[in-house]
Amino acid sequence: MPTMEKVAIDRRSFLKATALAGGGMLLALYASPLDEVFAQMGFPQAKLVPGSFIMIHPDNTFTIMAKNPETGNGVRTMLPMIIADELDVEWSSVKVEQADVDQAKYGLQIEGGSTAVPMNWMAMRQLGRAGRQMLIAAAAQTWSVPESECTTSAGKVLHQGSGKSATYGELASKAATMPVPDFQTLKFKDPKDYAIIGKPTKDVDDDNIVAGKPIFSIDVKQPGQLGAVFVKCPVFGGKAVSANLDEIKKLPGVRHAFIVPGSGNIATLSSGVAIVADQWYQANNARKKLKVQWDEGPTANESSEGFLRQAQALAPQKPQQILRRDGDVDSAFSRAAHVVEAFYAYPFIAHATMEPRNTTACYKDGKLEIWTNSQLPGIGVMPLAKILNMSPKDITVHMIRGGGGFGRGLVNDYFTEAAYIAKTVGGGVPVKLLWTREDDLHHDFYRPAGYHSLKAGLDSSGKIIAWKNHFISFGSNGRFASAANMEPDEFPARLIPNYELGVSLMPTGIPTGAMRAPGSNAIAWVINSFIDELAHAAGKDPMQFNLDLIAGEQLPETHTGGMGMRGAPYVPSRMRACLERARDKSGWGKRSLPANTAMGVGAHFCHMGYFVDVAEVTVTGNEVKVNKIWAVGDIGNQIINPSRAHNIVVGGVIDGMSQLMDYEINIDHGRAMEDNFNNYEPVRLSKAPPEIDVEFVLSKYAPTGLGEPPLPPVLPAVSNAIAAVTGKRVRRLPLKRAGLRWA
Amino acid sequence: MPYKLIVNGRHETVDVPGDMPLLWVIRDVLNLHGTKFGCGGGFCGCCTVHLGDRAIRSCLTPVSAVHNQHITTIEGLSPDGTHPVQRAWVEADVPQCGYCQAGQMMSASALLKRNPHPSDEEIDAAMDGNLCRCGCYHRIREAIHRAAGTIAGPATSVGQE
Repeated sequence: MPTMEKVAIDRRSFLKATALAGGGMLLALYASPLDEVFAQMGFPQAKLVPGSFIMIHPDNTFTIMAKNPETGNGVRTMLPMIIADELDVEWSSVKVEQADVDQAKYGLQIEGGSTAVPMNWMAMRQLGRAGRQMLIAAAAQTWSVPESECTTSAGKVLHQGSGKSATYGELASKAATMPVPDFQTLKFKDPKDYAIIGKPTKDVDDDNIVAGKPIFSIDVKQPGQLGAVFVKCPVFGGKAVSANLDEIKKLPGVRHAFIVPGSGNIATLSSGVAIVADQWYQANNARKKLKVQWDEGPTANESSEGFLRQAQALAPQKPQQILRRDGDVDSAFSRAAHVVEAFYAYPFIAHATMEPRNTTACYKDGKLEIWTNSQLPGIGVMPLAKILNMSPKDITVHMIRGGGGFGRGLVNDYFTEAAYIAKTVGGGVPVKLLWTREDDLHHDFYRPAGYHSLKAGLDSSGKIIAWKNHFISFGSNGRFASAANMEPDEFPARLIPNYELGVSLMPTGIPTGAMRAPGSNAIAWVINSFIDELAHAAGKDPMQFNLDLIAGEQLPETHTGGMGMRGAPYVPSRMRACLERARDKSGWGKRSLPANTAMGVGAHFCHMGYFVDVAEVTVTGNEVKVNKIWAVGDIGNQIINPSRAHNIVVGGVIDGMSQLMDYEINIDHGRAMEDNFNNYEPVRLSKAPPEIDVEFVLSKYAPTGLGEPPLPPVLPAVSNAIAAVTGKRVRRLPLKRAGLRWA
Repeated sequence: MPYKLIVNGRHETVDVPGDMPLLWVIRDVLNLHGTKFGCGGGFCGCCTVHLGDRAIRSCLTPVSAVHNQHITTIEGLSPDGTHPVQRAWVEADVPQCGYCQAGQMMSASALLKRNPHPSDEEIDAAMDGNLCRCGCYHRIREAIHRAAGTIAGPATSVGQE
């Protein structure tokens, strides 16, 4: 029970200190999350949202609430590291607790968009530092000494003159009554004194993971819990008309079988058939006997090959809309010494998180309780409440660790299905809905396919003077389908005087959505591949060609740009530093390479991060061996947890390699054809490059996120190296279509 | 019919259909949730357990095929997470999402039992059936060498300070 509160408000944030009955203190920070980042860009302040919480216990241990979902990016470890270091406590005394969904209390609870660091770097430091200041004030008052004579170390306040010391736990109750310091006067730790930030720190969940503890969403088990499958029409948006429910209900263990009419929006609730049994295995077995009459609907006419044909037909036509036009492209082409044209295509791909989609839900007496691995659960509650005719306040959501996210958990379809099924079953019976891998690949919100008809003109010196991209994507009524967009400022816009980005949209019923580095994961491949083609056409070294392209200091416009975090400026010098570092450490152009071996480079800016990959690749026949990747990135002036940062970059490289070589969801008759890891195969251990060298270039900018930026450049780095060896450019992903495979 | 299993040294009797995959017996009947469902087709290795000393895919193994046999799951690798493979996994800070890691460790511990000092090529061959969607493969390899006693000291792959 709180006994006392202190509130202080400054221009941008406020802190609330509450003494806890029984001793200790709760500190809650309300902060404008993107302050520092926005301030650097001259952007207006974001709205104040409540942020982070720390409890100081009488036994001098500390509980830090993790307010966001965790699916593997390490925020549950990293954000508390920042607080603990500025508070000046030992990392071993910190416990991390997962908060439930409560957006009124915590603000937006999301894992996505590489946002955790930029949203929290300043706020976490303020929270830790202000808390420390209040503890010092409490000690100084107790000892009747000036605050300036007090120091802290490992969770204690010390006064050297008198030799007095007290633990934070002892001081906490009194500290809660101290004035909250003005954030403007807070003096942060000198980075050279960091004891936790910047030190490789093991994940707080490592011990539970290696012991096989039931910490994942799929492991949730409530008393009396039933298992459910939900069978949807293989054609997206199709509806269940009738099914042999009576027969299904007689099968072993089956308790319920019913048709779900759906909400009309497949991003919330598709139509389908739910089977609920004592055990999930029984529900899944019963599914084999299920016969459903489907109304497949209009999407049954769609196919990947059909989209490609449409795109090829649209390519030479006038774009439906112009997203950007600089200079006079046509006249520049007419005076170009050399014109290069190419058509690039990439497929739909699926997230394929290792943990198949699942959620557990229980409905009793008008209240719904949900356990889920959603990456955006607070947003999912709103449409769910509407569909179930409930008030959001009657829905409690527990965020449970997810076995991978990659953006899949940003769409709450499975979560809604589970809740709907649990409410239909009712009576306080918990139901776990678990998708099969086949469900997962057949009912994703896919990274959209895309097509680029490119044309560029070089002058006699080999400089790009004109660039035209007719981007053929998905959408209708002039609006892009989810994650099917391209930003008007996407590289190399603003660097080429005569530039045009046009778009034509094809309507589709195929569900699309954000996937790790949305908008960048494929577009980076297209742009970097074409630039590589231009470098060869100009007779220039591709590395130098890239450097020359971004030779300027500042782009003419700095208020938009890049994918992901709108508002992030592209600073050419940051990318140049990464290119130069990757060039120098990889021995680009300086080493003699074995036979059939070449190097390729890719560079991409997204989600406020700069990444360059250099790949050394050997091609033997149709077998591609990636010998080594040099990954160099700039995500600001501080790497918070170097262990996880390194792991994420390596993982991003390997993820990108899977996209390059293998990943493809083929649509035929409106349904996804790939169904498991035998035909949708991530890179395996033996195919991973023997060495991935990771380096961060530390710049003067505030730290930004790392989930997305390391992925995109590896695709073109590897494919540009392949083209350098073979002399043959593959312009359609995945490369396995061209007969290539990993050695 | 009832099947008898010795799971992590405990004698268990389960009354389930003979074609029920061992995975679901372990997870939903015996309530050991460390073993994971990933694909149901033997492609990903998340469900790897030991049958005797051998790593098997429990999602493809009907319970009738392991009647009266010894099964070890991740929970049985050690009572307190101190098996050399588990310690090595923490020392190398291997996991990202962590979902596949139980299966990875079961394959790795079976490998080390039959080959205490595997080469990189031998690790590739033994571990290729275990997918890691987060791409933690380099650390998995390092952790196996570490568990084999060929690496000591601080992890090498954890990046710059």
